[in-house]
Amino acid sequence: MKALRNYLDKIKPNFEEGGKLAMFRSVFDGFETFLFVPNQTSKSGVHIHDCMDSKRTMTMVIIALLPALLFGMYNVGYQHNLAIGSDPGFLMTFIYGFLAVLPKIIVSYVVGLGIEFTVAQWKKEEIQEGFLVSGILIPMIVPVDTPLWMIAVATAFAVIFAKEVFGGTGYNVFNVALVTRAFLFFAYPAAMSGDQVFVRTSDTFGMGAGQVVDGFTGATPLGQIAIAGKDLIGSFQATDILGQPISTMDYFIGLIPGSIGETSVLAILIGAVILLVTKIASWKTMVSVFVGGAVTALIFNMIGTTVVMSVSPLDHLFLGGFAFGAVFMATDPVTSARTETGKYIYGFLVGAMAIIIRALNPGYPEGMMLAILLMNVFAPLIDYYVVEANINRRLKRAMK
Amino acid sequence: MANVIKIKKGLDINLKGKASDVLLSGGKSDSYAIVPDYYNGIVPKVVAKVGDKVKAGSVLMIDKNRPEIKFVSPVSGEVTAVNRGEKRKVLSIVVKPDAQIEYEDFGKKNVASLKGEEVKEAILNAGLWPFIKQRPYDIVAIPSEAPRDIFVSAFYSAPLAPNFEFIVKGQEADFQTGLDALAKLTAGKVYVGLRKGSAISVKGVETVEFEGPHPAGNVGVQINNVKPINKGETVWVINPDDVILIGRLFNKGIADFTRLVAITGSETTERGYIKTIAGCTIESLVAGKILQGDQNIRVISGNVLTGTKVQNDSYLGAYDNQITVIPEGDDNNEFFGWATPGFGKYSVSHSFPTWLAGKNKEYVIDARIKGGKRAMIMSNEYDSVFPMDIMPEYLLKAIIAFDIDKMENLGIYEVAPEDFALCEFVDTSKIELQKIVRNGLNLLYKEMN
Repeated sequence: MKALRNYLDKIKPNFEEGGKLAMFRSVFDGFETFLFVPNQTSKSGVHIHDCMDSKRTMTMVIIALLPALLFGMYNVGYQHNLAIGSDPGFLMTFIYGFLAVLPKIIVSYVVGLGIEFTVAQWKKEEIQEGFLVSGILIPMIVPVDTPLWMIAVATAFAVIFAKEVFGGTGYNVFNVALVTRAFLFFAYPAAMSGDQVFVRTSDTFGMGAGQVVDGFTGATPLGQIAIAGKDLIGSFQATDILGQPISTMDYFIGLIPGSIGETSVLAILIGAVILLVTKIASWKTMVSVFVGGAVTALIFNMIGTTVVMSVSPLDHLFLGGFAFGAVFMATDPVTSARTETGKYIYGFLVGAMAIIIRALNPGYPEGMMLAILLMNVFAPLIDYYVVEANINRRLKRAMK
Repeated sequence: MANVIKIKKGLDINLKGKASDVLLSGGKSDSYAIVPDYYNGIVPKVVAKVGDKVKAGSVLMIDKNRPEIKFVSPVSGEVTAVNRGEKRKVLSIVVKPDAQIEYEDFGKKNVASLKGEEVKEAILNAGLWPFIKQRPYDIVAIPSEAPRDIFVSAFYSAPLAPNFEFIVKGQEADFQTGLDALAKLTAGKVYVGLRKGSAISVKGVETVEFEGPHPAGNVGVQINNVKPINKGETVWVINPDDVILIGRLFNKGIADFTRLVAITGSETTERGYIKTIAGCTIESLVAGKILQGDQNIRVISGNVLTGTKVQNDSYLGAYDNQITVIPEGDDNNEFFGWATPGFGKYSVSHSFPTWLAGKNKEYVIDARIKGGKRAMIMSNEYDSVFPMDIMPEYLLKAIIAFDIDKMENLGIYEVAPEDFALCEFVDTSKIELQKIVRNGLNLLYKEMN
C-alpha cells in the first residue's frame, strides 16, 4: 500500500500541468482517487464532511443491480437450454449466460467510459462516475441477441447527445441508459423486438450448440399479450418458450424470456431493498410508480375490451421492464422530479403512462421505457409547480 | 406557559470531545486584536494609531459607511500594530494589554428608565453594537433601521457546542438586563429560544422552547418557525453570550468583554471552559491542551460546521465562544476507501454500516472532504437537514444563477450561511454551499443598496 502510494506520488508530477503526460491527467486522477481516498481537506466552509460521496453512491447502486444481473445471466442460459432441450446443470447454465452477457458489459463500459474520460480530459475536469451505473444498466435492458456493434453505437450516441452536451453527470435531462435503449429501439427495431431476440438459440463461444426443439417460440409474455385476439379476453394464457402455461408466480421469479436484467421481480426487489435501506433511491418515487401502474391497470380492467386491458394489475407490474424501470430507472435522482411532492406525481405518472402505452398502443408491447423518457421531460415542470406552491405560500404569508 | 416547537429535520453529529462543565486555566493572552474580516457588512476605518494608549472601551475602528458603529479595544494597553494586507486591507488592529485592565467609564444606567434611542446610543458607544446582526443579509445590524423583532437563541446545538446554561451561571442578572435593553430597541418583541426543559428563566420577553436535533439552536431556524421574515422586514439577532456583555455595560458601566470559551474536539487533552476576553489569541486558549501525536491537526475558532480554520497566532473569532480541535487528515492515505465496508466511518446515509451502531457512538471525523466535487446529483439531501419552510436546493440554484426575483421568492432574506452548514456536511457532491450563500448575500446587498 505504502509502496503504491509512493509510486503514485513519484509519477504524479508527470501528469500535472506542463508534465509530459499532462494529456492523461484526468485518467491519472481517476485512478488515483479510485485507489486512494483523496486526502484533500476543506479550505473553507464546513470542516468535516459526511463520508458519502458520489463514488460510494454509484457503488451502492451497482451492488443493488447485481442480483438482477446475476439472475439475468442465469436466465439467459436457462432460456437457451430450454430452447435447445438440454440441461447442462446450474453452473454451466450460468456460465453460458455469463459469457453471453459479459461482452455487452465490456462494450458498454469501454465505449461509455472512453467518451467520459476523453470529455473529462478535454474539459479539464475530474472523471465523474455517473456512467458506472449507466454502463451496467445498458446491457441489462437490451435483449440478449443485440449485436455488440449496435450497443457500441447506441451507447456512444446516448453518452454524447444525452449527457455530455448537457454538461455531464448531474445535468442530463434524460436517463442515459434509457436513451441508449430508445436509440436501439427506433434505429434497429428488428433487433429489439419480436420473437427472435429475447432467447439466444445459437452457441456462445462454442458453448451450448444445439438444435432448437419443436414448438419453440421466443415471444415474451407481453409480446404474446399484444398479439392475442379479442376472443381470448378472459381466457388468455401466457406460455413459456416451449408453449407450457406460466403463471404470475413465474413472472415474479423471472425464468421467462425478456431483456437480460428485467425478468426477475424477485431479484429486482432485493435491489430495491438495498437502494431503500441505503436511502439512495427515493421510496416516494418507487412506490408511486407501482401505485400509478396498478391504478391504471385497474381502470383498464374495467374497460376490458382487449386482452392487454384485461391483464390483472399484478401481472402488469411483474411483466416486462415495469419493476426494473420503477426501481432503477424512474428513481434516477438527476432525471426524475427533485422535489418531495413532485416525486409522488412523477412516479405516479410514470406508472400510469407505462400501462397506457401498453394498453392503447398496438405498436409497443412495452411502455416503461417511453413512459420514463416522457416523464423525464416533464419532471422539471412538475418541480416548477411544486416550487411555485412554496413561493405562493411565502407571498401569502407576507400579505397577512 | 412557553410554547414548544418540535424540529424534526436536522442532524446531531455525535463527535468525540465534548466540553465538560468545568473551568480550565489559561486565557492570558499577550495580545488582543480586532479582526475586521470577522464582521460582515462593514467597511473598516482605523481611528487608532500605533503607539496610542487605549482603555478597554476606547474606539479602535469605525465603519466607514456608518461611523456610529464603533469597534473598541477589549483591553487597556498600547496599540502595537495595524496589520494590512493587499490593497491596504486592514487585517487586524493589535493591542498589547496592560497588567491591570482599565476601563472607559460609560456610566451605570437603569435600563428601565431609558428610552430606546438612549439604549442604542449606549450600546453603540461602548462598541457592543457589532454583536447585533440582522437578517436579511446576515450583516452587522444597521442602527437606523427599526427591527420587527429581536431573536436570541439561548442554546447552542451545533456539534460539541458550548452549554449556555453553564456559561450564564452567575451572570443571570446581566443576561436579564441585556434582554431588557434589547426590548427597548424594537417596537416588536424579543424572542428567546430555549432548549425544551431548560432551567434558564427570563422575564419581559417571549420565550419559545425547541426540541429536536441541530440546527434547532440556530436562530434562523427559530425565526422561520416562530415568525418568518417577509420581504421588507428586518429582524435583529444576537448570541446569548453577547447579551450578557450588553447587560454588563448597563449594570457596571463598563465595556467588559470577558467571556467563556469552550475547548472541545477529539484532539484536546483537557476539555472545559476558559475565562478570557474577546479578541485573545488562539495560542492563549489551546497552549498545552492539544494532543501531541504525529498526525496533523486543525484548530477551529467556532464549531466544526461554521467555524474558521485558525493558526496559533490568529485571534478568536468575534462571535465565537468555542475552539474545536480535530485531526486534519491530510496525512491519511486510505486504500480503496470507496469500496471498503467503512466500519467506523460516519455518514448519515445508510451506505456505511455505522448507522447500525446507534446514536450514542462518538466519532472522530477529520477535515478531509472525502470525495470529489460534483454537480448536484442526489435530491432531498439538503431538505432532510433543513428545518425551514424554504426549498434549499432551489434557493441555492437561484443564488448561483443570481436571479434576484427568484432568490427573493425562495426566501433569501431569511437565511444566513450557517443555516446551510448541515446541508454542506451531508452533501454527496461536496459543494461549498455556505460560500455560495455568503457570496449571494453580499452581492444582493450591494445590488439593493
